[in-house]
Amino acid sequence: MTVDRLTCRELVELVTDYLENALPPEDRARFEAHIAGCHSCTSFLEQMRRTILLTGKLSEESLNGDSGDELLKIFRNWKKSNFESE
Amino acid sequence: MEAAPENATQLLEALRQGDEMAFTTLVDKYQASMVRVAMLYVSSHFVAEEVVQETWIGVLKGLAKFEGRSSLKTWIYSILINRAKTHAQREGRYVQLSLDEDSEAGEPTVSPDRFNPADNPLYAHHWVARPDDWREIPEEVLVSHETLERIQQAIDALPPNQRMVITLRDIEQLSSEEVCNILEISETNQRVLLHRARAKVRAALEQYLRQ
Repeated sequence: MTVDRLTCRELVELVTDYLENALPPEDRARFEAHIAGCHSCTSFLEQMRRTILLTGKLSEESLNGDSGDELLKIFRNWKKSNFESE
Repeated sequence: MEAAPENATQLLEALRQGDEMAFTTLVDKYQASMVRVAMLYVSSHFVAEEVVQETWIGVLKGLAKFEGRSSLKTWIYSILINRAKTHAQREGRYVQLSLDEDSEAGEPTVSPDRFNPADNPLYAHHWVARPDDWREIPEEVLVSHETLERIQQAIDALPPNQRMVITLRDIEQLSSEEVCNILEISETNQRVLLHRARAKVRAALEQYLRQ
């Protein structure tokens, strides 16, 4: 079934579905066939991939804050009331 | 990365028995991420920390009743988001998110003027000009603090429902299943929001990297 070829304009709207493995097999095949012959869409797909990768790096920008001691206190209190009562 | 299932089970078991190491492992793993997620709802870092602290109390109190129908992680984030919503409501900040509505339905995520018009004889709906090849951009420019800052700004400017999904998926690296469970939205809906969010961040990056 290679009836309808995807246009670039259509393809850009399918990139997330493609990357999420959510395209039905025939649409996936059409997507890949288009990418194989289109430098522009290959660049676009690469841009989307890099965007995701770079967004992921934001998790390394750490927020400061030291709540560790307070949490340990909470844990120890919980433990006390759960294991040492009765 | 995600702990292997038996590890998660062991962790849960240890936690139930009052193992402090198990608790600190969990805190180290999720604390920073939880604060960021809480910040999606509340106005300050201070309140976010408070929300997260309450979440841990809720987790400990709920442990005995936790049946493991969802993963420990999904359960923790669900408690977190409930607590965060309560705080946001108290601050008068919480607006019910219409997560099921796509207010931008049908709108293209790439500007139509990037493509040839329909009446172009040879290249209808094809790119007018090839998008930049980011593989040619030096790594130190691409992964610079400035670039990451630009991404954060683009995310901050998103509608709340898109911001929520991209934060949980692409920053906190939760799976689509986890995000759907936590936000109680369908897979399809989640993908639509994620696509819109990613497309806007890409466009912002493109503009920034061209300067």
